[in-house]
Amino acid sequence: MVTTTLHTVRVTVNGVPREATVPVYRTLVDFLRYDLGLTGTKEACSVGVCGACTVLLNGRPVASCITLAVQADGAEITTIEGLADGERLHPLQQAFIECGGFQCGICTPGQIVAAKALLDANPHPTDDEIKEWMMGNLCRCTGYYQILDAIKRAAEVRG
Amino acid sequence: MHDFQFHTPSSLEEALTLLEEYGEDARPMAGGTALVVLMKQSLVSAGHLVSLARVPGLDAIQAEDHELHIGALVRHRDVETSPLVRGFAPFLCDVYRQVATVRIRNMATVGGGLAHADPAQDPPPAYMVLDARVRLVSRAGERVVPVRELFTDYYETVIQPGELLTEVIVPRPAPTAMFAYLKFLPRTEDDYATVAVAAKVERDGAICRNVRVALAAAGPTPIRATAVEQALEGQPATPALVRDAAEQVADQVDPLDDFRGSAAYKRDMAVVFTRRALMRVLGLSS
Repeated sequence: MVTTTLHTVRVTVNGVPREATVPVYRTLVDFLRYDLGLTGTKEACSVGVCGACTVLLNGRPVASCITLAVQADGAEITTIEGLADGERLHPLQQAFIECGGFQCGICTPGQIVAAKALLDANPHPTDDEIKEWMMGNLCRCTGYYQILDAIKRAAEVRG
Repeated sequence: MHDFQFHTPSSLEEALTLLEEYGEDARPMAGGTALVVLMKQSLVSAGHLVSLARVPGLDAIQAEDHELHIGALVRHRDVETSPLVRGFAPFLCDVYRQVATVRIRNMATVGGGLAHADPAQDPPPAYMVLDARVRLVSRAGERVVPVRELFTDYYETVIQPGELLTEVIVPRPAPTAMFAYLKFLPRTEDDYATVAVAAKVERDGAICRNVRVALAAAGPTPIRATAVEQALEGQPATPALVRDAAEQVADQVDPLDDFRGSAAYKRDMAVVFTRRALMRVLGLSS
């Protein structure tokens, strides 16, 4: 008989306490998408390499596809859904639109969440600092220069 | 992924008791960056994961006069950015900065990385040239093992079921010690190395002392290139001597053919990068 061990995972997502009882092997990205309905976070490579699933775990960017939900129990999580203030977009989201920082959009939530962590830690990064920080967020539409432009514009707007 | 029991002990004693009780069927879990990938690929099917996240006392970095103690749960990113580590051995910060991406370094831990024992990882050769040691603790007692004796095969170490790696101990480098870490990355910046070389030389005037050379991605374990070290030990550093010494590495490595290159190519690159690393350490130009 196949048994499934269940755990109740309690987190604060984008400032809101949430909980769900899930199989012990549930990844954080699946927990966010399927148990909490936050489908903004995308899964692509599933092995921590591409950056599409980037979320902030206690303020630090992590790969939610290789983090178990049970590892995040008790943590504060920020996803792409937590950036806009009502109808008003976050400066990074606005800058990605203005600079053409995406094409197909699959990598964009991860790009923007990773960039938010960068600007939170370093409000005025140099080009090299942006490239080093963002190199783990792959864009197969190759919009890299527009992404760089967008992050620089957002840094200017935020002052 | 398969089903398993997830344990969250809140003390080292409790963690060690669980590891002893479940033995081969248990795996300690720190950041999970390696373990979760292995479980997704069905390469690990442990029935019990013992999370170390709530075990206090394993996430500190402490500098003493002669030694730096890095707790097993310290994240790669925290080594990279630690003023304490930078003041003690800046080389170590620079090596950790070259691991994967910031996203991985935020989760991957020092102890988890060493216990994972992937021979392509960056920190092990760095710890080898630093003559670092690890503390292994179990219910039966504890022992301290040099990092150069930790690894036994691909993803295999001397760590026994029931044992936990709790810290790395790094001796303070000599004031005359110079270090280099060169990582050959023909594909992408965040990749594992095709080959990588860590080197240390202490200079006594023109004479090379306490030479250490270690390689990653060059065989089933990280490798100390003792033949290269012996060729330089006690000798005056010259480009010709370094070139000859670096040639010795070809017989010490045992790389695999894979998508990062053929074994023959990696053996050649091991020589090239060993030479470059030593040239850099010694301030020589070819």
